[in-house]
Amino acid sequence: MADPQIKWRKIKNDLFKGLVVFLSLLATLPLLLILFYILRQGFSSINWSFLTNLPKPVGESGGGISNAIVGTLIIVGTAAVMAIPLGVLAGIYLNEQRNSKVARYCDLAIDVLQGIPSIVIGIIIYEWVVRTMGGFSAFSGSAALALMMLPFIAKTTQETLKLVPNHLKEASLALGVPYYKTVLKVIVPAGLSGILSGAILGIARVIGETAPLLFTAFGNPFMSTELSKPMSSLPLVIFNYATSPYEDWHQLAWGASLILILIVLTLNMITKFIESRWKIQF
Amino acid sequence: MEDSVLKLKDFNAFFGENKVLKNINLDIEERKVWTILGPSGCGKTTLIRCINRMHEMTPGAHTSGQIFLKEKDIFGINPVLLRRKIGMVFQRPNPFPTMSIAHNVLAGYSLNGIKLSKNERNEIVETSLKDAALWDEVKDKLSQKGTFLSGGQQQRLCIARTLAMKPEVLLLDEATSALDPVSTAKIEELIFQLKNQYTILMVTHNMQQAARVSDKTAFLFLGELIEYNDTKEIFTNPRHKKTQDYITGRFG
Ligand SMILES: Nc1ncnc2c1ncn2[C@@H]1O[C@H](COP(=O)(O)OP(=O)(O)O)[C@@H](O)[C@H]1O
Ligand SMILES: [Mg+2]
Repeated sequence: MADPQIKWRKIKNDLFKGLVVFLSLLATLPLLLILFYILRQGFSSINWSFLTNLPKPVGESGGGISNAIVGTLIIVGTAAVMAIPLGVLAGIYLNEQRNSKVARYCDLAIDVLQGIPSIVIGIIIYEWVVRTMGGFSAFSGSAALALMMLPFIAKTTQETLKLVPNHLKEASLALGVPYYKTVLKVIVPAGLSGILSGAILGIARVIGETAPLLFTAFGNPFMSTELSKPMSSLPLVIFNYATSPYEDWHQLAWGASLILILIVLTLNMITKFIESRWKIQF
Repeated sequence: MEDSVLKLKDFNAFFGENKVLKNINLDIEERKVWTILGPSGCGKTTLIRCINRMHEMTPGAHTSGQIFLKEKDIFGINPVLLRRKIGMVFQRPNPFPTMSIAHNVLAGYSLNGIKLSKNERNEIVETSLKDAALWDEVKDKLSQKGTFLSGGQQQRLCIARTLAMKPEVLLLDEATSALDPVSTAKIEELIFQLKNQYTILMVTHNMQQAARVSDKTAFLFLGELIEYNDTKEIFTNPRHKKTQDYITGRFG
């Protein structure tokens, strides 16, 4: 015990531990600062009428962002409806046919798609959807976001299913269960929590995307629930208000930022909950 | 002459170019326990997996020759239907982690979309678990997850799940090699009981086990069937030198 060498070793251990803790805290500091700042700036502008009113013209006080909240829900919801089934199916395919050439080609294509900057996806959807449909629309915004979610969901599904042990598949096949039923009733349920949390994380990742919405959903000062018309959304409102010259619009932008961040945090917490609650031990 | 349930005729199995079973000829009678004995890597698992056509699920794997189940060529039967007649228990217990104990027993029905009445379900769960000597240990927690059971209980649950399909043949691939001695003894006793109803083909590394539970033993070496006979004969009076060397522990 009294051995000085052991004592010195212990001091070194403690020093190192202290350093690691300090650096971890340092790394989370920017995040905490951002949260704190947005909370301080945005909190004062959030109240019931902010959530339920429509934007008012410059000079009039008390405008809200109800159209942007509804718009975000519709645009992102529609994107999710398009991207989740397709992404999950693609992920199942990539996992099940991992030895086939076509699947490896798809895998590569999905990696590339994941790396395309969001503004480029916006332009492509502008060319493909906005121009063909003859104008800005919420649907085109959803299509852009869906295109961004798709590779992420396919990848998380693939990674999740890769962890499902092969012996479960064999157990099912050996009971005389056909292959497609084995995939749908044994393999997918075994990875369900991972697939679900991947889908929700996919939503959280695109909900704040602004660039692809600028020339697709475009924005709308009025309440609109029609997919074929331009529609407002939280990131668009933040972008428009924050770049305006008016002080009270800046205030609204902070409020909208806070709402957006709260939504993202909630989605993240839901995935953590799903992962810890429904996690299946193999 | 006794009724043959399974018959292998000039049977070969391959992984790609690699021939791992060479010209196997074997006749397996009804309601007998057969042991496949042989050193590691000699093709025991492959042989068993050919019989329920799981072998062909491996990419590049193929076979030649014939296997008959009650005179019918198994390669002419839909593999899905064949596997309901030939049940298999794996080396590692593999209950379905998403399912309760009762649902695990019924998995062969539910996964196939076969509808059963509540009475039928209860009946199948109870008899299968009783046949697998697990009923007394789990009858009060049928709705708990099967993965909470001990390894030995999980393996008996997997046996119950297989028996629930009322197969004609039961394949066991080193079903006790991952288990403790008490669980092993239980499963051996079980095999002894089950042979009144089923034809059993089991693989084991454990020669005492083969001697204790099986009626017939086949010795496999480097993919070749060296000899087969009554278990007692194989252990007391082997005809081939290789068999003798193996059972006396000179290799393997
Ligand atoms: N999935 C596989 N792919 C290629 N070769 C395999 C595969 N599984 C087994 N083999 C080969 O087949 C031979 C027999 O293996 P196996 O039937 O598992 O032997 P045992 O069960 O008697 O130990 C071995 O030489 C092994 O290397
Ligand atoms: Mg083996």
